[in-house]
Amino acid sequence: MTDLTDLGIKQIRDGVRAGSFSAVDVADAFTAKVSRAKALNAFLVETPEHALAAARAADAARAAGETLKPLAGVPIGMKDLFCTNGVTTTAASSILGGFTPPYESTVSQNLWDAGAGMLGKLNMDQFAMGSSNETSAFGNVISPWRRADGSNAPLAPGGSSGGSSAAVAARLCPGATGTDTGGSIRQPAAFTGISGIKPTYGRCSRWGTIAFASSLDQAGPMARDVTDCAIMLEAMAGFDKKDATSLQLDVPGWERGLSSDLKGKRVGIPKEYRVDNMPAEIEALWQQGIDWLRDAGAEIVEVSLPHTKYALPAYYIIAPAEASSNLARYDGVRYGLRDLPDGAGLQDMYAATRADGFGTEVKRRIMIGTYVLSAGFYDAYYTQAQKVRTLIARDFERAWASCDVLLTPTAPSAAFALGEKSADPIAMYLNDVFTVPSSLAGLPAMSVPGGLDANGLPLGLQIIGRSLDEQGVLNAGLAIEERAGFAARPEAWW
Amino acid sequence: MSVDTKTVKKVASLARIAISDDDAERLAPELSQILGWIEQLGEVDTSGVEPMTAVIPNSLRLRDDVVTDGGIRDALMINAPQAEHGFFTVPKVIE
Repeated sequence: MTDLTDLGIKQIRDGVRAGSFSAVDVADAFTAKVSRAKALNAFLVETPEHALAAARAADAARAAGETLKPLAGVPIGMKDLFCTNGVTTTAASSILGGFTPPYESTVSQNLWDAGAGMLGKLNMDQFAMGSSNETSAFGNVISPWRRADGSNAPLAPGGSSGGSSAAVAARLCPGATGTDTGGSIRQPAAFTGISGIKPTYGRCSRWGTIAFASSLDQAGPMARDVTDCAIMLEAMAGFDKKDATSLQLDVPGWERGLSSDLKGKRVGIPKEYRVDNMPAEIEALWQQGIDWLRDAGAEIVEVSLPHTKYALPAYYIIAPAEASSNLARYDGVRYGLRDLPDGAGLQDMYAATRADGFGTEVKRRIMIGTYVLSAGFYDAYYTQAQKVRTLIARDFERAWASCDVLLTPTAPSAAFALGEKSADPIAMYLNDVFTVPSSLAGLPAMSVPGGLDANGLPLGLQIIGRSLDEQGVLNAGLAIEERAGFAARPEAWW
Repeated sequence: MSVDTKTVKKVASLARIAISDDDAERLAPELSQILGWIEQLGEVDTSGVEPMTAVIPNSLRLRDDVVTDGGIRDALMINAPQAEHGFFTVPKVIE
């Protein structure tokens, strides 16, 4: 009998519908695997009862001859940034230690309404701030991948959605939610050989998702292939009146619209993404991606995005500024940690609570944000960054005159070892050099696995699309997927 | 931009984060390095460019000015570090 945990979202959905196996069998197979994978530290909370309840509902609906919901019988992992009613939600920070939301985020509710069940809450970089999952207050997530050189050095699963990427790559769940502020879905997907899409800003409601940088934060799916991402995104997206920036648009039928025939499409190659010191393997994979898309019928054109090099510094003003404001709410009064030194007054309680509860990287970003927003510096830093953001968005607008999607590498390297970059914040920030520009412009973008490097580690290709053109992004992703034939998976050592 | 320990302490105080002298010593060069790196934005000519306020055009929706939620005091209090008689409690503010 096939191992049910080898199946993806579409295969599980279709198999449950057809009665090839029961949803409970699927849930049991995954929950057993999750409970044995502690060495990866991907899950902060395991919720087998939630997955089983959804599975029983799916089996009962089928037995009663009812039409099954879009994700009936599919168990997923939930990034711990999404508030889940009655299930501890901490954003991997001590300051929210033990926080149990009395409400459900819109994205997770949408998934439950579609019939999905939850296997557990996934580890992540604290408050989604990080690119390696090393800022979690609850320990590093270890990538299921290892270098082929036999060194067994523990590798980063990427971040901030590192629990999500590790869990999907290790077949602990067929799909997981992620969130992407500057690349937090795409970079971990690339590091672990899976697919992930950040939709257009406003497609997924931010309500009930713990805020990092509100003008950038977007939820999206991480799964094993493009089709599974399309299916899961359809369930997650949709208008929500509780989020003022939610787009009042119908959710397109992305799965139905999938086509890898790119005849008549133009793929732009932005010359500014050829950065210095790019590893030859990434350069070669990028060229391979170009050849694949040409083979799929697309015309390849070179485009210029002149402000690319300013995207990262602009991001590291805007995101910390918004974070310093969003994270002001953690004060030890209404929820989470309270540190009240003997004889302390209210102000001392705030300062002690925040000093204890926030991790080093979170404090660093709050400090940067506070500094750039402080009197006398606001215009020089924040206003200037928002103007540069306008120029970056304009670069993309101009590129769309000559192309329909852009193809770039997802990250400037394969997965690095844990600890390798954590001493130098800027070296870590540079991981997001290819993903941040499209975040600043609010555009849909996805990473698909393209191949392996000499160490046997996955490398990803990124497709960036026009605003609201998730379909164009998914289709180009599918064209790459079909030609890359990426079938590598990590050998189970955990 | 070079940030000294005095500035670090001021920023920490604005951010309501307690820091020790050692922390301030450590953070000063770190923040200087990061701020020095982001200062390259100054070389971009942004004259006549409007700062971005929304990544995709979207107008604020209006709704009727009526109560749509509430009456869930107890649910909202369950996570309070300290609560009494249905109130959040904090150390005495007025001496």
